[in-house]
Amino acid sequence: MTVETPPLPMDPVLERRALVQASARQSLARRTFISRLMLGVCMFALVLASSILVWIMYLLVSKGLHWWSVDFFTQVPTTPTVLHPNAVGGISNAIVGSIVIDAFAIAMSVPIGVLGGLLLAEADNLFLRIVRTTSEVMTGLPSIIFGLFVYEILIIKYKIGFSGIAGSVALCILMIPIIMKGSEIAFRAVPSSLREAGYSLGMSKGSVARHVVTPTATPGLLTAILLATSRAVGETAPLLFVIGTTNIVQWNAPKAQISLPQQIYTFFLDGYSPAQEQIVWGIALLLVVVVLFLNMGSRLLSAFLQRERH
Amino acid sequence: MYWGVLYGAAIVFAFICIALLLTLVVQSLPAWRNSGLGLFTGSTWDPINKQYGALPLIVGTLETAAIALLFAVPIGIAVALCIVHLLPAPLRTPFSSFVEMLAAVPSVVYGIVGLLLLAPWCQNVLYPWLNSVTHNFVLFSNVTSGYSTLLAGMVLFVMILPTIMALSRDAIAAVPKDQVEAALSVGATRWQTLYRVVLPDARAGITGAVTLASARALGETIAVSMVIGGAFGLSRSLFGQGNTIAATIATSWDDSTALTKSALVALALILVVLTAFVNYVGRRLLARSTQGATL
Repeated sequence: MTVETPPLPMDPVLERRALVQASARQSLARRTFISRLMLGVCMFALVLASSILVWIMYLLVSKGLHWWSVDFFTQVPTTPTVLHPNAVGGISNAIVGSIVIDAFAIAMSVPIGVLGGLLLAEADNLFLRIVRTTSEVMTGLPSIIFGLFVYEILIIKYKIGFSGIAGSVALCILMIPIIMKGSEIAFRAVPSSLREAGYSLGMSKGSVARHVVTPTATPGLLTAILLATSRAVGETAPLLFVIGTTNIVQWNAPKAQISLPQQIYTFFLDGYSPAQEQIVWGIALLLVVVVLFLNMGSRLLSAFLQRERH
Repeated sequence: MYWGVLYGAAIVFAFICIALLLTLVVQSLPAWRNSGLGLFTGSTWDPINKQYGALPLIVGTLETAAIALLFAVPIGIAVALCIVHLLPAPLRTPFSSFVEMLAAVPSVVYGIVGLLLLAPWCQNVLYPWLNSVTHNFVLFSNVTSGYSTLLAGMVLFVMILPTIMALSRDAIAAVPKDQVEAALSVGATRWQTLYRVVLPDARAGITGAVTLASARALGETIAVSMVIGGAFGLSRSLFGQGNTIAATIATSWDDSTALTKSALVALALILVVLTAFVNYVGRRLLARSTQGATL
């Protein structure tokens, strides 16, 4: 004979758990399906984005590389004629121009940027907070306004004429905030024990900064400068109104100059002849190689530094 | 002496910034005096008759940026999610640096890709197809040439994609791991974890990324000026040639009269105020998101 035991009342917690588990199990198929679907969509976006980017790189190499010849680097541009439709010459003028303009821009922006960065790392007050915010915001402003500014001040007011040096000033304004930010980070990373060791030996603030802090921060400073340079080398807009143009190799900074991005843009403004339409790929490839080389150099340097520190 | 040199550098920088702003304000005065608020509301840009209405340019600027964001935001965030949570670990770093390098490619390079390759393709393939698929819908009507607002938007999309990917990847990677694991352990699927836990947590950072990218899209000059065609007028079709503030400054500066130059400077001032504001907001949002990560 079996004794009928009345079913025990269920524990409310267990009851709720069973309910949740049941509903989770019930919706599992649907949720798994949605999850798979959406992850698939994400992966598709990844493939799409990377194929766009790979395609651009492929284009540049396939259309640009065969232009790289001795003439490309040593000749100046020539206008194709009916007899010689492919005689476009080279772009040595733009290469030299880019070197001169960027060198002067580096020379002007590094002292201001690095010293400003040191100040931001060492002191803190309202003025400096405003400077920091302003310089952060400035890195995102459209670069063409720096060209407008230099045009109004140097070309119109002080009449220095279209020149490489005016372009350097425009690029310098663009570079200062980038260098300032990077060097502030580099200076902040210097351990304060090093500074204090310097002070305890009776060194002045200035000589600690010169002989202790700066040498320690040098790799970080180089990272910032390389990054700023890689941005400046590729900029077209700030130079547009201020450097003029030249068809000869011009090492003289106070004279009219042309830079690599400008050369591409000039071909665009003048309308391309078929051969010029092709040579811009060569210039674009050169530009991308230089910019990525600087950019990657800066990245590798900072990755290397982080490994050192840990 | 020490502080003198340092403050000297900071003051030089501050001086440059103030001079920059002052120059834009002072040089644009003649244009404000000539057109007043008509600069914002007028829709005729006619330098010969001293009519400077920048409404088409402002609309064009917002239109191209909106098209770029429409594509770049979902794709950029999806790719960022993939990089952090779906890609196998050894692929993450190389892919990330590849993406970041693309943000460094000069805009003139994107410009010639758009000009020499995409413009003919749009004119011959994409636009006729869109036009017939949508039965001549007003946004997709009148295929005249490849140079158009839509092409400018697409070029901008490619240009801001790396920015959105890289910055929102940082925000997504900053989401604490235990939150992700907690969600997975109570039985959420991977997508539920990403959508309900990771994305809300990274919201401030992602918004910051999108904001900074939109500042770049609003201010982009060279690439846009090469593909947008440069017509001064409101076109209802996205296939129509248009113009943006920055592109107008670049293309029409050289052969302009003094008053037109002043009007262009006024446009630059509008652009500076707009992008500075957008940038400031974006930086604040990003700063907030990384602060949360260190806590």
